Amino acid sequence: MTNVTMTVNGKSVSAPAEGRTLLVEYLRTGLGLTGTHVGCDTSQCGACVVHVDGRAVKSCTVFAMDVEGSDVRTIEGMANADGSLGVVQQAFQDHHGLQCGFCTPGMVMTTAALLAENPRPSEAEVRHGLEGNICRCTGYHNIVKAVLAASGQDADAIAAQ
Amino acid sequence: MHNFEFVKPSSIADAVAAMSTEGAQPLSGGQTLLPTMKQRLAAPEVLVSLTGIAELQGVCMGEGGLHIGAATPHAVVAREALAHYPALASLAGGIGDPAVRNRGTIGGSVANNDPAACYPAAVLASGATVVTDRRRIAAEDYFQGMFTTALEEGEFITQVIFPIPQAAAYVKFNQPASRFALTAVFVAKFADGVRVAVTGASNNGVFRWEEAEAALSADFAAGAIAGLTVPSDDMISDLHGSAAYRANLVKVLTGRAVTAAR
Ligand SMILES: Cc1cc2nc3c(=O)[nH]c(=O)nc-3n(C[C@H](O)[C@H](O)[C@H](O)COP(=O)(O)OP(=O)(O)OC[C@H]3O[C@@H](n4cnc5c(N)ncnc54)[C@H](O)[C@@H]3O)c2cc1C
Ligand code: FES
Ligand code: FES
Repeated sequence: MTNVTMTVNGKSVSAPAEGRTLLVEYLRTGLGLTGTHVGCDTSQCGACVVHVDGRAVKSCTVFAMDVEGSDVRTIEGMANADGSLGVVQQAFQDHHGLQCGFCTPGMVMTTAALLAENPRPSEAEVRHGLEGNICRCTGYHNIVKAVLAASGQDADAIAAQ
Repeated sequence: MHNFEFVKPSSIADAVAAMSTEGAQPLSGGQTLLPTMKQRLAAPEVLVSLTGIAELQGVCMGEGGLHIGAATPHAVVAREALAHYPALASLAGGIGDPAVRNRGTIGGSVANNDPAACYPAAVLASGATVVTDRRRIAAEDYFQGMFTTALEEGEFITQVIFPIPQAAAYVKFNQPASRFALTAVFVAKFADGVRVAVTGASNNGVFRWEEAEAALSADFAAGAIAGLTVPSDDMISDLHGSAAYRANLVKVLTGRAVTAAR
């Protein structure tokens, strides 16, 4: 084991890792940041999505050592400074974009990355952008609404079209 | 997953040295290799990450066409190849999902040569050159059947060079669960003829459909292949589609690609 250092949610952190330690294990076990979930562990479901240097990645399919020194953001870093829900999180709550909540951390992180690149996506672009995130509860409609709402668009009006 | 020694060189020269170690294997985006290691189908003793080497990153026009560094993620190709080679950019933007595209790289995809992968079709249809740490390999010589390539022990891809066709398109019929190609066709029209490469269909991996190439070189219109049939003998047959279904898809998608080519 060697110590691997990176920036997580704005703080410089360090935790022990071996070559095979996955980024998600480093976050969950090494740092106790259990908001990032492991659904499939086979890069299919997107529950483990975090940002590495601003880009969404599946943390179950990245080695911690390979992103040493990077700037990582997890769901724990998505709330506002005063602890209230961030824009994307609030939109998921307002539009019932979650039921059991297992997929939600990955959905929120994927959404935030999508909106950073494309601030006013169409419904089709939202669905394309969420292709790597699987939800077994919601049927996706309310997630799509939440993403549209988080982008400042009238989700209900778009859904009614 | 078995443990390994992790090394992350910052130059091609250092990567060559690291790759000469017994039991060394390159790691690029890891989107294929990590799942394979989790299943213990691969157990390298030394993993040489190629993601920290600036010379292996990026997209630029150069001698012979568009040069793409082996460790360039699909998402970067989707953005940066758009102005030079739109069909290739669109192929890259349709691989997997955003998170896969942010990590997965062209070098990893071409090295892996999955029979349902997208890039091999572009490489073969474009007549691209695969550049490695020691030589240049023409697309024709590079692909040698599914998951098999001309790469030697310890050899790694540094770059892929794509000649730019006059018109091209990639049309992919998604396998909806994996988002890989159930079958996909890349058509590229050059001044000296048309090339058609098919992925996802054959038990021998990516291949050129030469009959269609001849017909389309004479007349670049979807109707030109109307009278052709694709034999289904060597086609993949699985729960997602029979051999005959894939053979039919090859023809349908080739027609669509010709119509979409620009
Ligand atoms: C959910 C999901 C969906 C996907 N959908 C698609 C799809 O629609 N179409 C598609 O084409 N692919 C798809 N893929 C595969 C994806 O494109 C991979 O990124 C790609 O196949 C491998 O690239 P990588 O950079 O991740 O390589 P890695 O996983 O790092 O490596 C793959 C193999 O290549 C070797 N290797 C890596 N780099 C080099 C190099 N420079 N020289 C020599 N050998 C090297 C490695 O040792 C390993 O054996 C999908 C993957 C996932 C997880
Ligand atoms: S846990 Fe990483 S993609 Fe499912
Ligand atoms: S809310 Fe349960 S998996 Fe999405």
